[in-house]
Amino acid sequence: MAVTAGGAPGRTVATYDPPGSENWLTTRLDALINWGRAGSLWPMPFGTACCAIEFMATAATRFDLARFGMERLGYTPRQADVLICAGRVPLKLAPVLRRIWEQMPQPKWCISMGACASSGGMFDNYAVVQGIDTIIPVDVYVPGCPPRPEGLLYGILMLQEKVRRERLRDTETRDEMQVDPDTGLYIPAPAIDELAEPFGNSVHQTRSGL
Amino acid sequence: MPTTTRTVEIALGTSGLDAEGKPTRTPLTVGASGAVTPAAPAVESGPDLAGEHMLINIGPQHPATHGVLRLVLELDGEMVVRCIPHIGYLHCGFEKIGEYRQYNQIIPWTDREDYLNAIGNNCAFALGAERLFGIDITPRCTVLRVMAMELSRIASHLVWLGTTCIDIGAFTPFLWSFQERERVYDLLEQWVGARMTTSATRVGGMAADIPDGWTDKLRDFVRTFPKTIDEVDRMLTRNGIWVGRTVGLGAMSADDAVNYGLSGSLLRASGVAYDVRKDFPYLDYETYDFDVPVGVHGDVYDRYLVRVEELRQSTRILAQALERLPDGPVNVDDHRVVLPPKTKAMSDMESMIHHFKQVMEGARPPIGESYVAVESPRGEKGYYMVSDGTAKPVRWRIRPPSMINLSAIPKMTEGYLLSDLIAINASIDIVMGEIDR
Amino acid sequence: MSVAQLPGSAAPDYAPVTPRQLPYMNGTPNPSAAALRERFPDAVTRVDVIWGETSVYVDGPRLLEVVRWLHDDRTQRYDYLADITAVEFRDPERPIEAIWHLRSLPFRRFLRLKVELDKRAPLSVESVWPVYKSADWMERECYDMFGITFRGHPDLRRILLWEQYKEGFPLRKDFPLRGRFSRSEQLKQALAAAPESRYSLEELDIAQAFEDLPDDMRRRLAAGEKTGE
Repeated sequence: MAVTAGGAPGRTVATYDPPGSENWLTTRLDALINWGRAGSLWPMPFGTACCAIEFMATAATRFDLARFGMERLGYTPRQADVLICAGRVPLKLAPVLRRIWEQMPQPKWCISMGACASSGGMFDNYAVVQGIDTIIPVDVYVPGCPPRPEGLLYGILMLQEKVRRERLRDTETRDEMQVDPDTGLYIPAPAIDELAEPFGNSVHQTRSGL
Repeated sequence: MPTTTRTVEIALGTSGLDAEGKPTRTPLTVGASGAVTPAAPAVESGPDLAGEHMLINIGPQHPATHGVLRLVLELDGEMVVRCIPHIGYLHCGFEKIGEYRQYNQIIPWTDREDYLNAIGNNCAFALGAERLFGIDITPRCTVLRVMAMELSRIASHLVWLGTTCIDIGAFTPFLWSFQERERVYDLLEQWVGARMTTSATRVGGMAADIPDGWTDKLRDFVRTFPKTIDEVDRMLTRNGIWVGRTVGLGAMSADDAVNYGLSGSLLRASGVAYDVRKDFPYLDYETYDFDVPVGVHGDVYDRYLVRVEELRQSTRILAQALERLPDGPVNVDDHRVVLPPKTKAMSDMESMIHHFKQVMEGARPPIGESYVAVESPRGEKGYYMVSDGTAKPVRWRIRPPSMINLSAIPKMTEGYLLSDLIAINASIDIVMGEIDR
Repeated sequence: MSVAQLPGSAAPDYAPVTPRQLPYMNGTPNPSAAALRERFPDAVTRVDVIWGETSVYVDGPRLLEVVRWLHDDRTQRYDYLADITAVEFRDPERPIEAIWHLRSLPFRRFLRLKVELDKRAPLSVESVWPVYKSADWMERECYDMFGITFRGHPDLRRILLWEQYKEGFPLRKDFPLRGRFSRSEQLKQALAAAPESRYSLEELDIAQAFEDLPDDMRRRLAAGEKTGE
């Protein structure tokens, strides 16, 4: 069913056309599939540094990941759903992260845990990737250094909400990232340089210099 | 467009079983026609098996390598013929950044480097910086730092215990040790506000004094923690599986251990009684009554026994520190390095200027250098800093005990099985943040 | 194990205490400094005592000899090498100092040796690996961070950064904090390096011996590529 509003020349014409392929059955199917996916996101803990210890604490008894269906940690990417990048990622580790991400089968999501994975954190120097979203696509960013287990759990809940909002009719949701074969980057180089610039009122990160 | 069905015949070559019904181990190769055929049997079955060595790669992403460590192994079947470690996958330029930060600004960096011993690292760095400034800390601060370092040692050894047990196959002690760690985290959070990355010290003292009632909570912890150690002891020490998996593995002789620069529990398990707290003491450790466990064989089992006993000794030190905690100021009364109280900084001009100079420019030590080593849970942790009279060090060097301990892993693992390699790697107690910095 | 190696066994009457109120300069030097001056009068150029720690400046070409004597001599017995590092000062005129931290466990002593390396010449010093096996990775790291070559080291290659790292030696003062290249360029180079898909020369030897080498690696090995990492 389509509703059109016509108009005289000069007026805006709006067309309201709900996606024709959605109906009661597909929404129920969506709900079922997303419930299954969100309720059992098997994490692949790509833990490098301090955040990995907080991740382990989240998985342990006090904060318990099992109630989210996530206690089955998939250390092999082939059997994992969500890559939790916990910790700083240096440049030497970047190709490893990229390869692990590419080895994960769809559907897959990524949680960037901690300040260092999200933006490079306090490591604005020659050795650290300034945010893993320059290498792989990220779904949820969890800030903190390290984030408290409650913070990580909140990020997981956000991811579950995101999973529940996926729809079968969105065919691009499960597309792999398009990597430029020459450079290996999947977002344009100027965008990476702009993201990685020290920001704020002062170009310098401390009051008294570099 | 009509679809046609196709039949694809998959030739497996053999049924997978040989004449005696045992599974065949001949490798399959792809022939010229694309058919998969078994290669000529390259191995004879039987006890004298002379086959190829495999070159396999563990890591850098692997659950059992305790971080991003890459081990390339030459394997003869299950036996490790050669082990070549590769590090650097967590190199984040700590020492370079240290040259661009004031001394108090480096304290958060010491948290992240050996993250299991964060508050211990804070204390170690503060000791080094205080030596560079020529400051002696107050008696109350001395005892508080001892408490901090021993709590940190307990927390770190608990992680070691949990992860080693998981590597060897026992899952329950992991949950027990992390539950105890949560109690240590609670204590640290009540004191400094953060669980792990504490940044608790400042040059000349601590960021904050302990809150009221904290010593009672610590007393509770000291009273109840030995029960958990006893539980773990009961479960593992005379457990046939544990003993079978750990005895005799990865032994280093005492002379080798000293020459390879090993330190910490690794060195003490090999029979060398070197503990920085006893031999080059700091924070009045020579006045505390504690023992240093020393092993005999230097294998994984001895290292386990040494570390569990160190947990008990740390609890003993904590109890003594609680008894002797004196009253008094925590920070030194030195306006060059210690921020004045906020009330004074807001009302008194001189204090405001001191505050301003410390925050904007940073405290400046005299030209010189200092190397202060402490006994971290991993071994001899040293901070070497060189000052040229400015607020930022010329060089900040971290002497990483687990890096030097790890460099001996090729020697420790040759001739052992792959699963033994995992146990030996776990017994070294590495933290990649410290190794790669 | 040798009882003589136990800490403090050679100086049993000395009970160590927490150092307090250390003098800034001219404190009591480590007795080994005087012994070194006596044994190697021409190799020892300077002795400093700052905050109670003794630093002995040694002439570069004599380093291995001095270290070996400190290790072997019965009155010194520096059996433990704690650290090897280097310092470059902000003053461009000053040479780079290479530092060795030695401990004598039997005597409970700590000594720092320094060698000054002129920045105008290639940075090179002898490796102490023949004496202390712990020097292995520490010297590799020093090479990686400063570019100091240790002559006689069995396998001197980068350890913390990947082998084909092009930006230089990070801890040098002329190396900017954020690196020389732009972030996208650094990422491009890092993603192309993929060190774990290459093997070092030792590993290639292993595979070569068992004819297990993939073709491109065999070609690289045959072409004389030093290391593949």
